[in-house]
Amino acid sequence: MGTLVDDLRAALGTERVRSGPTELSLYRRDASNMAGATEVVCLPASTAEVQACVHIAHRHGTPFVPRGSGTGLSGGAVPLDGAVVIATSKMDRVLSVDHVNRQAWVQPGVLNLDLSRQLAHLGVHFAPDPSSQQTCSIGGNVANNSGGPHCLAEGVTASHVLAVRVVLPDGTLTTLGGEDPEPTGYDLRGVFVGSEGMLGIATEICVRLTQNPPAVETMLMDFATVDDGAATVSGIIASGIVPAAVEMMDQLCLGAVEAYIHAGLPVDAAAALLVEVVGLPEGLRADVERIVAIAEQHHVRSVRVAADEAERMLLWKGRKSAFGAIARIKPNYYLHDTVVPRSKLPEVLAQVYDIARRHDLQVLNVFHAGDGNLHPLLVYDAREPGATERVHHAGAEIVQASVAAGGVLSGEHGIGLEKRDYMSLMFSDVDLAAQDALRRAFDPDRLANPCKVLPSPASCGEITQLGHLPEGTWV
Amino acid sequence: MDLTELAEEVGTSGPITIAGLATRGGPVDGVRAVMAPSGIDWVKTEEMTVQCGAGTPVAELDAALAAHGQAVAIPPTGTVGGALAVGQSGLRRLGYGPLRDTLLQARYVDAAGRIVKAGGPTVKNVTGFDLCRLLVGSRGTLGFVGEVLLRTRPRARFEQWFVSSADPWDLLARLYRPTSVLWDGQRTWVLLEGHADDVRSQAEATGLAIGDPPELPTGGRWSLPPSELANVRGTGRFVAEIGVGIVHHELPAPPREVDPAVVELHRRIKHEFDPEGRLNPGVDVLAAV
Repeated sequence: MGTLVDDLRAALGTERVRSGPTELSLYRRDASNMAGATEVVCLPASTAEVQACVHIAHRHGTPFVPRGSGTGLSGGAVPLDGAVVIATSKMDRVLSVDHVNRQAWVQPGVLNLDLSRQLAHLGVHFAPDPSSQQTCSIGGNVANNSGGPHCLAEGVTASHVLAVRVVLPDGTLTTLGGEDPEPTGYDLRGVFVGSEGMLGIATEICVRLTQNPPAVETMLMDFATVDDGAATVSGIIASGIVPAAVEMMDQLCLGAVEAYIHAGLPVDAAAALLVEVVGLPEGLRADVERIVAIAEQHHVRSVRVAADEAERMLLWKGRKSAFGAIARIKPNYYLHDTVVPRSKLPEVLAQVYDIARRHDLQVLNVFHAGDGNLHPLLVYDAREPGATERVHHAGAEIVQASVAAGGVLSGEHGIGLEKRDYMSLMFSDVDLAAQDALRRAFDPDRLANPCKVLPSPASCGEITQLGHLPEGTWV
Repeated sequence: MDLTELAEEVGTSGPITIAGLATRGGPVDGVRAVMAPSGIDWVKTEEMTVQCGAGTPVAELDAALAAHGQAVAIPPTGTVGGALAVGQSGLRRLGYGPLRDTLLQARYVDAAGRIVKAGGPTVKNVTGFDLCRLLVGSRGTLGFVGEVLLRTRPRARFEQWFVSSADPWDLLARLYRPTSVLWDGQRTWVLLEGHADDVRSQAEATGLAIGDPPELPTGGRWSLPPSELANVRGTGRFVAEIGVGIVHHELPAPPREVDPAVVELHRRIKHEFDPEGRLNPGVDVLAAV
């Protein structure tokens, strides 16, 4: 047995096994503010090569961390303790499409939006649409059980994955789930989705495809208070309508976005709602009427219905560029991700504003109001002494407030490293032991991304906290 | 739901089984049985969630939700816990997704008699490993579910079953989000839901006539990739769920091989969760049903 790097080179060739300082510096990070360290990055191009990498890591007793596009925000792809990075970016092909039954097999490195674009001519798309969808990969979506604005009606990634071909942490190759609806035994596919790279690496994914709707209506509504906006969302859901998406932006966010995209957004509103409904024409008409009526009950100031696809795209661009726009306010930001029951949104938002004020920070709020998924964005200048510490304290309070209100630690970004040590806010020791039991069943040797998600023994993971988020981050 | 009594009854040693309404085979013969509590804790329409005891009859849950204009994707027989333990979806899976997607949070009693929480109370949640996924379809072999928090959906304004002699895959291609498409090799039945005018125009555009759904053969429940359903023709009397792959057949399902690596994962998981094999002893989720 040679060195780890020698064995990897023997398996993949030298071109796709990287150990130069520039590359290692890139792959030590994801899109969070944490960084680790690695000696070697592999870029396998096939299932057999992924298997070889894992076998080699296993033989050497070295941990490994799978990596898709590295767009994760919780440190899930950050390599710790000398972990080998196994990056799937070269595995970017759509392997087969069953357009009749609306399923397809894809490699993990296929980018989320690319998949939908490649299939658009068949009248279908892949429903999970995280804001990073231009860059994030299907493999990453599987690892994080990714969401996105359209998951309110459609469900998150777990509802859109039928099967995964997986290299288990000891290098064994198997299939979890299946194209058939009731594979024999436990739903191992279901536990694999959202397991953040800790149960193995997916090398082929069978995805469920969603029919493109025949008609869409997109509305922007603005309110004088956040309460009115939040109450409108609850009212819509309580009335039996599940819009395709309901997104809220607060005043600071609206101002930043308007300065950036000039769409005529209502910058004096305390909050704006972007509501999208899809379906067949009569139902859509009835839904829009009902939604506007409910908004009027909650003192909506104005309703702007997108007149055509171009205007619809502009309204969405505003929402999805919220991030890029933020750089105009302060150079650094910390994006949070929690979920609270919809009915608690106004209360928790008020707490978020208060927390920010007490820590002398500005906060913008952009979020998937339809399912209570909050993304408070704390903006700051890392060069200012003490600012980074205040941001972390404020973040901890926001997480605690969300859980106290009956919410959860993460709606989309996952636990990764970022919230590993908050897990006890939601789960008892017995609960966490059960999750660890599942992990042990898949990875008894603790080699698959071992220091993430579950609070670890003290030996786990030295990380570096960076002062700022990399450019091009999204919410 | 208070689960302390259930946990005490399960105790820490000795074989134990769990009983519902015996509509899905019933508890293990000759083993001391417990029952999960029954009753609805709350319905939150604006959250699209409901919490109830796992011993609650599905019919009772359906009625409680209907009063709020809501529904849940759980087949109508037996108890909620029994339906989740067996993990089989109803006929509306094409439109509403599988049963397993309804379980957001569960509190269960483990093999050591402790109460454990899995999942979380919100419809959007990626906090740790999703043990709810493991519980659905586990047939009581990993833990006895006592209380569940489920995702609901609004009841459709209007629904109608139709029948046609058209090719089911042609209908699947042309209709927008049918709730169910059934085929017996000759006739196709379609369930459409939504605004009445939309339902009627879709039916007109594809030549559907109003008609009652078929009776389902009960000899066997087959699970096939939906792309293989055309091959079922000629194997006997059946009703297939097009686009899904479940076949309600007069004959038992052909046996299926399971990959040894999957068998090994099952062995390890069972060992981690129930090292003494005391929960529902003799029940093997990999055995032919």
